[in-house]
Amino acid sequence: MARRENSEINAGSMADIAFLLLIFFLVTTTMDVDSGIARKLPEKSDVPVEDVVVKQKNVLDITVNRNNQILIEGTDFVEVTDIRRIAMDFIDNGGGESAAKPDGTPGKPCDYCNGTKDPASSDHPTKAVISLQSDRGTTYGMYVSIQNEIEAAYNELRNKLALVKYKRSYNDLLSDYNDNATESLKEKIDFLKDSYPQIISEPEPIK
Amino acid sequence: MSKFKKKKKGLPAISTASLPDIVFMLLFFFMVSTTMRETDLLIKKPVLPQATEVKKLEMKSLVSTIYVGKSKDARIGGDKIQVNDKIIDVNDVPSFIFSERALRKEEEVKFMTTSIKADREANVGTILDIKEQLRDINALKVSFSTTKGADLKSNYKK
Repeated sequence: MARRENSEINAGSMADIAFLLLIFFLVTTTMDVDSGIARKLPEKSDVPVEDVVVKQKNVLDITVNRNNQILIEGTDFVEVTDIRRIAMDFIDNGGGESAAKPDGTPGKPCDYCNGTKDPASSDHPTKAVISLQSDRGTTYGMYVSIQNEIEAAYNELRNKLALVKYKRSYNDLLSDYNDNATESLKEKIDFLKDSYPQIISEPEPIK
Repeated sequence: MSKFKKKKKGLPAISTASLPDIVFMLLFFFMVSTTMRETDLLIKKPVLPQATEVKKLEMKSLVSTIYVGKSKDARIGGDKIQVNDKIIDVNDVPSFIFSERALRKEEEVKFMTTSIKADREANVGTILDIKEQLRDINALKVSFSTTKGADLKSNYKK
């Protein structure tokens, strides 16, 4: 056997290891990302707006009091987890026709809704309004939970429609759009948003 | 056999050639993972509610954060609002947003988002007051900061 005198540890590969680690950490560390439920507040205009008349059947009334109890349509006490299903049934009902367009085209019945077409519930997803009335003393966590469930209801409906129309869910389309913003994707997403527009009204809180 | 007769050889000096690499690695790591200035909270750290339908906030530089929570002193009740190292009144929220806007370019102002980091025990009244103030000055993009999780029951107590 050849005798190795004072052979130094080979340090040539050390740099490679260091870079490997560096790249590993670069890829895996996430900087404390701020995430949350995005909401757009309604604009305030100086001109007094004429009150829009909305039929009672096109409004889903959600009231939450200071004891965090939820009342739907003024009659039923429900849990937060029920809101998603109730909201979906309400939005997707499609019992009537959409609003007539400004250019005079008459409204059409909803051809993508899977609801029960109950004449006593909402006419069309584009007409369905969800009203969330809260009390000043309601817990913020409860408020966020309800907002989350409403958002979830819309997302689920958009997902369903997207799967039927484009064989890809709405969430997937959104993440595709983030990776690669193309016109055709934007068109699809806008179509889904227009099919199930989020119309949420928040009246003044109960004092 | 010569193998067994071998005498202990002198320890070779540990090579320090790779030390710079290690140091650079650490340097890069800390450069990447540290956030420059975390606001010192004057209120109790808000426990964010959980939600499933969360969206990540894009463009961190255009986000202004408003904290809402209880005072550190347990004797003081009610919700406190903190922005930028100071506790303010609801009526001062517009001036905070204006000062934030002044730091940004004109064309970026319409993309600015206000992130509300509120404790899950806070009152909706406080949040709605802030929203009303934001509406007044046309700061319409709002994000209710939450953590991702499906346990909605933990958000409130009956």
